[in-house]
Amino acid sequence: MFGIYLKRELSRRKKAALVIAMGLALGIALVITVNSVSAGMNQAQDKVLKSLYGLGTDMTVTKAQSAPKAGTSGGPSFKFGATSSSSSSQSSDRVNTQGGQVLASSLVTKVAAQKGVSSAVGSLTLNVTKVDGSFTQGKAKSTTTSGSSSGSQQGGPGGGGGTSSTGAPQVQGGGANFNVNSYSVAGIDVTNQTLGPLSTSKITSGKTFTASQTNAKVAVVSASYAKSKKYKVGSTFKISSTKFTVIGIATPNSSESTIDVYLPLKQAQTLGDSKNKVTTIYVKATDSKQISAVKSTIQKNISGTTVTTSADLASTVSGSLSTASNLATSVGKWLSIAVLVAAFLVAALLTSSAVSRRVREFGTLKALGWPSRKVTRQVVGESMVNGLIGGGLGIALGLAAAYTVTAISPKLTAQLGSTGGGGQGGPGGGQGGPGQQATQNTLEIALNAPVSLTTIALAVGLAVTGGLIAGAMGGWRASRMRPADALRSVS
Amino acid sequence: MYKLTGVTKRYTRGKETVEALRGVDLTIEDGDQLVIQGPTGGGKSTLLQMIGGLDRPSEGSVELDGVNLATISEAKLTRLRAEKIGIIFQSFNLIPTLTAQENVETALVPLGVKPAERRERAAEALTSVGLGDRLKHAPSELSGGQQQRVAIARALVKKPKVLLADEPTGNLDEGTRDDIMGLLEGLWHEYGLTFIMVTHDSSIARRAPRLATIKAGQITLTEQGRGNGQFTPQQQYAQHGNQGY
Repeated sequence: MFGIYLKRELSRRKKAALVIAMGLALGIALVITVNSVSAGMNQAQDKVLKSLYGLGTDMTVTKAQSAPKAGTSGGPSFKFGATSSSSSSQSSDRVNTQGGQVLASSLVTKVAAQKGVSSAVGSLTLNVTKVDGSFTQGKAKSTTTSGSSSGSQQGGPGGGGGTSSTGAPQVQGGGANFNVNSYSVAGIDVTNQTLGPLSTSKITSGKTFTASQTNAKVAVVSASYAKSKKYKVGSTFKISSTKFTVIGIATPNSSESTIDVYLPLKQAQTLGDSKNKVTTIYVKATDSKQISAVKSTIQKNISGTTVTTSADLASTVSGSLSTASNLATSVGKWLSIAVLVAAFLVAALLTSSAVSRRVREFGTLKALGWPSRKVTRQVVGESMVNGLIGGGLGIALGLAAAYTVTAISPKLTAQLGSTGGGGQGGPGGGQGGPGQQATQNTLEIALNAPVSLTTIALAVGLAVTGGLIAGAMGGWRASRMRPADALRSVS
Repeated sequence: MYKLTGVTKRYTRGKETVEALRGVDLTIEDGDQLVIQGPTGGGKSTLLQMIGGLDRPSEGSVELDGVNLATISEAKLTRLRAEKIGIIFQSFNLIPTLTAQENVETALVPLGVKPAERRERAAEALTSVGLGDRLKHAPSELSGGQQQRVAIARALVKKPKVLLADEPTGNLDEGTRDDIMGLLEGLWHEYGLTFIMVTHDSSIARRAPRLATIKAGQITLTEQGRGNGQFTPQQQYAQHGNQGY
């Protein structure tokens, strides 16, 4: 009887049932969407951090910030020689360490020896600014004027009565046409590539460095840089007159790579005039739960360094990813709660109202000897079914929304302040050259909205809760009805 | 046997208190038929509610076979209604979404009768009131008279000791009224039910063996004997094809 009665009642009040179910569905769909988008944000942030740190890297050690020395401009300068030829092409590379803050290579061994450190590798990140183009010399020309003036002519060498004179020489034409190209270079420890900047990428063409290529003139370039420069495996290029051969193309595991060219560490040190120097030490801890303790140990034992963990890094993420993440976790969460509360309230009021309209019906059942618990069970049962229908609809809506977000994959940018490159950018605006590049990494991440089983379970739980709340309110009203109400003639 | 002693019922609405019943004393023997008549607002329905265990008196006692309905627990009162008291309402009070058979079954649900037996007994009850061919019809597909027959079948399917009817013909035309009254009197006669009916229809009241008239909450009893025999139960019973319910 319970099932038949329930089915018939829901069929009779389809519209009301649908309104209740849709209200709950909306709330539940919102919860699923917000949850899945939040999960997507977290995944995106993880990707950002991993793309910067590399899988397995728990923290980085960089040189502590120091104020720029007085009298140093910090900006790059370029030297171009003047030639006698009328037009000449010239090129100059300005190589400087990213952030201008370097550590001694010996610190890598010292860091590796710290308690709780599993392994450590050093990396030197360089910014290369290549300026190439040509000067065209201006030409000096004398001007000749003609006239019949009898007086002397200004600027002329004198002499009257002549019919012509020669003016002062003027420079005409000339100028410069230069292209400026900046890219980043990372010198990596080829003997341990599981840590460090190259660990975030996968070699998709050619091969990576061998352990013996510690000082070889070979390079691995990022896929995007290779594409822009039309480099292939076997191509060659020069940095400050040193010729390198491309042996591999690396595709980052996520989004864009912040490094364009990877070189053996020694080569990078030579280019950057930073012998036995590194900008970043990548550290893997023996226990991921002890990262904080390891960080303290390193900071305590090795002065003048800054230790950055992924947690520290996460707090420096800004840009649309950060904004969207904040929106999802704050506004989204409260919006979901507000809609859910409203949906629960509407469901409870509608159920209560439906019970009020069925006073005579429930009164009759009580007069026939139905105990209150049976009447209440009937009302709660109907509400539960409404809740479950709402839950089903909500899950469908939520999945559709999450699928749509994933299908559209909106691009979010993540900006990080000082990161693995170490150190903040120096003061910019050197005379005659471009400002020194600040070490802010901008990454683009496609947002996904994964729906986990936990989220689905949460949705089902909310549906049941919604049904129970509405049913409890309606059931409470029904249980309080007197059987004498059945004798009321009004319906 | 019913024994009502000093039954008073007061309703309070705001600051105003209304006495619907004032010290009613009444005894109804098993198998009796009592018609309660009186003006609107006189306390007829209130008295029926006390007798049916649908409400409790403010004062006094309502005993059914020695059990005081005024003081027993709600659970026991509910159980007593389910087992012993069949009720027929003026507006039929059928569940609109259930079929005739399912409506009759609702009376057996609180008794824990199994579904198969419920269906069988409901079908028998409906057949006994002449609706054997309307089992699967919804109330909206039945006439007023047929709906009241369904309500009668629902009241009697559990084989109650007492049958209470609150203006059972109040919503019916004259012809249907006679049919229903014939059916009810036939069932009362056949099964020896204690039959208590509220009506404002004087023609029905005149034929009752006992008539209780309520005015301003006070009762006056009149013994009328067997009435004038207009609704000969056996004749009406035969007319409606009751086959021995």
